[in-house]
Amino acid sequence: MEPVFDSKAAPKEAVLTPMAPEIFRVEKYRKETHDTYTLELRPASGTAEHQFRAGQFNMLYKFGVGEAAISISGNPSLANPLIHTIRAVGAVTKAISKLKAGDTIGVRGPFGSCWPVQEAIGNDVLIIAGGIGLAPLRPVIYQVLAERRKYGKVFLLYGTRTPDDLLYRGELEKWRARFDMEVLATVDRASSDWHGNVGVVTTLLKKLVLDPDNTVAMVCGPEIMMRFVAMDLIKKDFGLDRIYVSMERNMKCGIGLCGHCQYGPTFICKDGPVYAYDRVIGLLARREI
Amino acid sequence: METLEPILAAHPFFTGMSPELLKLLVGCASNVKYDAGDFISREGQDASEFFIIRQGKVALELFSPTHGPITVETLEDGEVMGWSWLLPPYRSHFDARAVVLTRAIRFDGKCLRGKLEEDHHLGYEMLKRFVKIIVERLSATRLQLLDIYGTRV
Ligand SMILES: Cc1cc2nc3c(=O)[nH]c(=O)nc-3n(C[C@H](O)[C@H](O)[C@H](O)COP(=O)(O)OP(=O)(O)OC[C@H]3O[C@@H](n4cnc5c(N)ncnc54)[C@H](O)[C@@H]3O)c2cc1C
Ligand code: FES
Repeated sequence: MEPVFDSKAAPKEAVLTPMAPEIFRVEKYRKETHDTYTLELRPASGTAEHQFRAGQFNMLYKFGVGEAAISISGNPSLANPLIHTIRAVGAVTKAISKLKAGDTIGVRGPFGSCWPVQEAIGNDVLIIAGGIGLAPLRPVIYQVLAERRKYGKVFLLYGTRTPDDLLYRGELEKWRARFDMEVLATVDRASSDWHGNVGVVTTLLKKLVLDPDNTVAMVCGPEIMMRFVAMDLIKKDFGLDRIYVSMERNMKCGIGLCGHCQYGPTFICKDGPVYAYDRVIGLLARREI
Repeated sequence: METLEPILAAHPFFTGMSPELLKLLVGCASNVKYDAGDFISREGQDASEFFIIRQGKVALELFSPTHGPITVETLEDGEVMGWSWLLPPYRSHFDARAVVLTRAIRFDGKCLRGKLEEDHHLGYEMLKRFVKIIVERLSATRLQLLDIYGTRV
């Protein structure tokens, strides 16, 4: 089945020299949670513009350590600064977490497909994020809210491990206070001073009245979470082509040359990371591809 | 006086249940209200009841000597709370605490068990509904156990 929307329409021309990193300088460093931080970067040359679409990623290069694929978490309508939210988990992301304002970092990109934000105009938008998965979806929220009248209902469901792991708390509060957006958060466990929801993110779906034929769901988080969410959406009569997920696999070249990110018949760096669910459903739970 | 029958009939938990069976259940049901902070049940104590939350929020908590009360799940409007009343020893596995003012319909477990034993058709209808909820909660708990946001799984 052909997808309703084509999330592959990425601005490829933005990548001029795909293998050579451009030098950026850290302008701001903000700690989001105990292991996650947001970097605001500006080109060291002061000139380059960094256009991207919601869902795309860059390869961030910590000199002397290596590269990691990191989604762009800023506002697509602002070319600068370039914003990334990063969870320190391994060699590269931990090294990047030690950068300070003024330090330099290499950036290649933007790469990959994007969320179907334009194509979803006229529909309800259901955004479902788990953990660091809110970072690649934040550009969607900015874009949808910038043209709020073009969309139907807008829902954001967000799940994390504990209340301390919620990203962008200030923005979550602001979004929740809006009358034109429904925001529900849940955590896996909490102490009794947390008055919000406790339970996995799928439990939030029960609280919504959805119109599956007129809703586009965009889901990002750990792969198991995305599978469970997709299963529940399918139970609610969502078509597979109305559910979009962002796949994460280790990357090297980021431009479809090395085969490192091959996922069945597709390369995630080129054809993904954002896919309509009908394109990846057969691949999702596979151990080796 | 407001009868509980139309409220039960409109609740998704009872969808498809015949008016005759609902009538049997109403005899075991009563309206209850808890203020924020009130305990509805305590771990290990007698649990001969279940609730349909009409409005509010309830936290299911476990007490840890080192961490204090830990909330493992919250339940809200329209959700069903409690199945320990179904099986001996009819004891609660969690503390249930109202997070905000909570209104609910309480079903007396002893009264219900009597009716379900007498009328196996009613027993089957109720069990089908509880098994569905238990399966949904089990599946959510498994996901929670995986700690999916903790490490790459
Ligand atoms: C398209 C895309 C977008 C991404 N966006 C973001 C983002 O916005 N923010 C962000 O923080 N991360 C993002 N990631 C994830 C990030 O690229 C990875 O976590 C990356 O591996 C980090 O590199 P590292 O050297 O710091 O850690 P690594 O050394 O690669 O280790 C990362 C973690 O994964 C484990 N791990 C590594 N390799 C494997 C393996 N083969 N099997 C199982 N576990 C393994 C390690 O034990 C460690 O816990 C994205 C990934 C992709 C593909
Ligand atoms: S990362 Fe090299 S082909 Fe995708």
